[in-house]
Amino acid sequence: MPLPVTTQSSDVPSRSKSLGYSYRRHLGERAIETLLFLMASLSVAITLAIVVMLVKESIVFFEHVSIWDFLTDTQWTPLFDDAHYGILPLVSGTVVSSGVALLVAIPLGTITAIYLSEFAPFSVREIAKPFLELLGGVPTVVYGYFALLFVTPLLQKIIPGLPGFSLLSAGLVMGIMIIPYVSSMAEDAMRAVPMNLREGSYAMGATKFQTAIRVVMPAAFSGIAAAYILGISRAVGETMVVAVAAGMQPNLTWNPTEPAATITAYIVQVSLGDLPHGSVGYQTIFAAGLTLLLLTLAFNIVGHVLRKRYREVY
Amino acid sequence: MVVAAALIDPQGDSVPVRYKSEVKNLSFYYGSFSALKNINMPLHEKQVTALIGPSGCGKSTFLRCFNRMHDLYPGNRYVGEIVLHPDNVDILSRAVDPIEVRMRISMVFQKPNPFPKSIYENVAYGLRVRGIRQRAILDEKVEEALRDAALWDEAKDRLNELAFNLSGGQQQRLCIARALATDPEILLFDEPTSALDPIATASIEELITDLKDKVTILIVTHNMQQAARVSDYTAYMYLGELIEFDVTDNIFIKPKNKQTEDYITGRFG
Amino acid sequence: MRGDQDLSEIRSIIARHKAWDLIFMIVGVFVLMIALLTFMALFAHMLIDGSPRLTWDFFTSFPSRRPGSAGILSAWIGTTLVMVVTAVAAVPLGIGAGIYLEEYAAKNIITEIIEINVTNLAGIPSIIYGLLALGLFVHQFGFGQSILSAGLALALLILPVVIVATRESIRAIPVAIREGAYALGATKWQTVSDHLLPYSAAGILTGVIIGLARAIGETAPIITIGALTFIAFLPPAPFKDEFPFLSFEWLMAPFTVMPIQMFNWVSRPEEAFQVNAAAAGLILVVMTLTMNALAIYLRYRMRKNIKW
Repeated sequence: MPLPVTTQSSDVPSRSKSLGYSYRRHLGERAIETLLFLMASLSVAITLAIVVMLVKESIVFFEHVSIWDFLTDTQWTPLFDDAHYGILPLVSGTVVSSGVALLVAIPLGTITAIYLSEFAPFSVREIAKPFLELLGGVPTVVYGYFALLFVTPLLQKIIPGLPGFSLLSAGLVMGIMIIPYVSSMAEDAMRAVPMNLREGSYAMGATKFQTAIRVVMPAAFSGIAAAYILGISRAVGETMVVAVAAGMQPNLTWNPTEPAATITAYIVQVSLGDLPHGSVGYQTIFAAGLTLLLLTLAFNIVGHVLRKRYREVY
Repeated sequence: MVVAAALIDPQGDSVPVRYKSEVKNLSFYYGSFSALKNINMPLHEKQVTALIGPSGCGKSTFLRCFNRMHDLYPGNRYVGEIVLHPDNVDILSRAVDPIEVRMRISMVFQKPNPFPKSIYENVAYGLRVRGIRQRAILDEKVEEALRDAALWDEAKDRLNELAFNLSGGQQQRLCIARALATDPEILLFDEPTSALDPIATASIEELITDLKDKVTILIVTHNMQQAARVSDYTAYMYLGELIEFDVTDNIFIKPKNKQTEDYITGRFG
Repeated sequence: MRGDQDLSEIRSIIARHKAWDLIFMIVGVFVLMIALLTFMALFAHMLIDGSPRLTWDFFTSFPSRRPGSAGILSAWIGTTLVMVVTAVAAVPLGIGAGIYLEEYAAKNIITEIIEINVTNLAGIPSIIYGLLALGLFVHQFGFGQSILSAGLALALLILPVVIVATRESIRAIPVAIREGAYALGATKWQTVSDHLLPYSAAGILTGVIIGLARAIGETAPIITIGALTFIAFLPPAPFKDEFPFLSFEWLMAPFTVMPIQMFNWVSRPEEAFQVNAAAAGLILVVMTLTMNALAIYLRYRMRKNIKW
């Protein structure tokens, strides 16, 4: 039986009406897009807020203290009666502890990355990668505890006379803590190197090690550099390990076996006390924070330039 | 039958043709999948042998057996022999180091794969891998290889430039120079022109023809005209089997096998 | 027969190079072991020192001057409440920003600035976020040294993690799914909310968990906003008897959190307090490791199950 053909059924609304341009729908979509845009822009606002906040308080600080003194005075005693505001002791503490950490993290992180990317059997990689990720998730205050109560006593057996707080102990633990960051990023970069480059090298009779060092690493250079930069920023900005294990006394030294405060440890020390809002002591932590931000910014710019110059072209 | 036919020299004169290599009962497995089935075929010294066949027929898999590239990945297994002359060794044998095989048998890949290094260092790579450090030897070998690969004139003033700056065709000739620099005994080409434009393709084909005075060549190609143009011998493969092997002219003019004929004439279905 | 180098020479070179392969293999395994053993030592040290303190009382007692009767009640409640604030603030903002950047943003300079900015934010030391929160939330907005200030500070800190996880999960969805939705007449937002968000939920959740695990362990920014370390009381309860049954007074309450409590105990010279620190550290590590393991497991399952 043929079905009746109708051009318009009474219970189905006319389609032609809904084919128009729906301003309401359009408006709703625009509203959502604007809201999402604002959410995305918030990240820029955060950056601006950080810069404004640090600069604003620092300007007040530099009305009290000349930039020359800040950069050249060799003492940092803002909370004493005889106040000195030389950032150098904090910078030296930061540089030494980061230096020790990087001496551990960069070689070990690189070896781990090469091993996992080029040498390890599939099963080892499947276990080692998540394990390293877990290591990176351990809270830093726990690493601080470990440095102070496990590594320092251990080091004191090797280096007699090592004080209870030292840059060395904090730096070593910080280095191990940073290994996962360096290795996972460097490994990602190496694994992104296409197989046909490796095959080209193997086809010339190269061994795994030769291929890894001579072909894969240069090809992944920008990614590996980015991993190192990340490691450096982590080391410079790390707070709790040094605050717990390196002591909080500003000390202009380049000797890792001495105790010294880093920029971050100083901020912690001041925050633990009760400094009135608006005092010079309060402003010092913003000046210290600004120094820290500029340091990390400088490393990030170097990293960016390296990435741009050696961008992978496969 | 097949072997008898192969013994005829393509030039038709009576110079005895020598085998550079002989493939004997070669099968190859990816895990349990049998990718090559009992292949028997010679490789004539200083001649070009082409492998043709529809995609997935195993011709690249076969080619990569010659320098043991399959050893790089787990789960691969060879059965049978590829005997290399004049040493008369089976290069697939477990006793033979794949690295040594690769030092003697070079390969040029489908897509140009220059290393992220200078032109000079790309060509010198194989030599450096062999531990050669003397600048004079490197210079000499690099120049010779670049000349052989017809790239010297274009590259001699930019040896320290990054290899990526070269055009696709130049990059492929650089990869050929890289493979030639170590004086290989056999040169493997895996569809070397499939990523190139017609002009670059023509120059690579010309190069292959010139190179056969120096080296034995085995080339995989998806392009039958290319096989006809550059090769002396041709092998037609289908589903992992060697269907027919003969002097190239015979394959293209009077194939013995119906399947080969269908493929050659485009009636392949 | 092979020109400059004969076969035996080549073989000796190969043997030498292969020795390097072997040496590197051994070094690689050794280095992995260093990381493994360090973690083992850390965990074992805390376990041995801290486990005697892991009694029910430890969870239900306030901090005290007497190490033997001190506990982490105010710390774990503080951590829970701060995490609620952090999640409520960071999750919608991060997902919204991620959706915008992946699905809406035009390829222009503003988008590029936002993208570079998100990358840079991830590299800023956490203590800087603490200074921002101190200046902005504590003093400028007048939130004081409260749960709200701490939660917001940590929310800013983990925002990049959530944004990146959202973007990556959404990007993994093939274009065909979007085109399928549009072809049925869906608007952009309908496509996003009906398809892209549900399909990328597991990936986003993974990112959120990793972010929160990081926030739980963060100490520096919370110290910076001046959180008190000796808190022997609880914030006002979030539930009450009369309508509307919810109270938000707790947002403004002073507080302490687990890592701060641990830091406080670590810095005390008395060994008995360091035992408390070990116990608190153990709980903290188990918490963060569980969250991270959950995230890793989710990601692993996702990779196995989803094949676009």
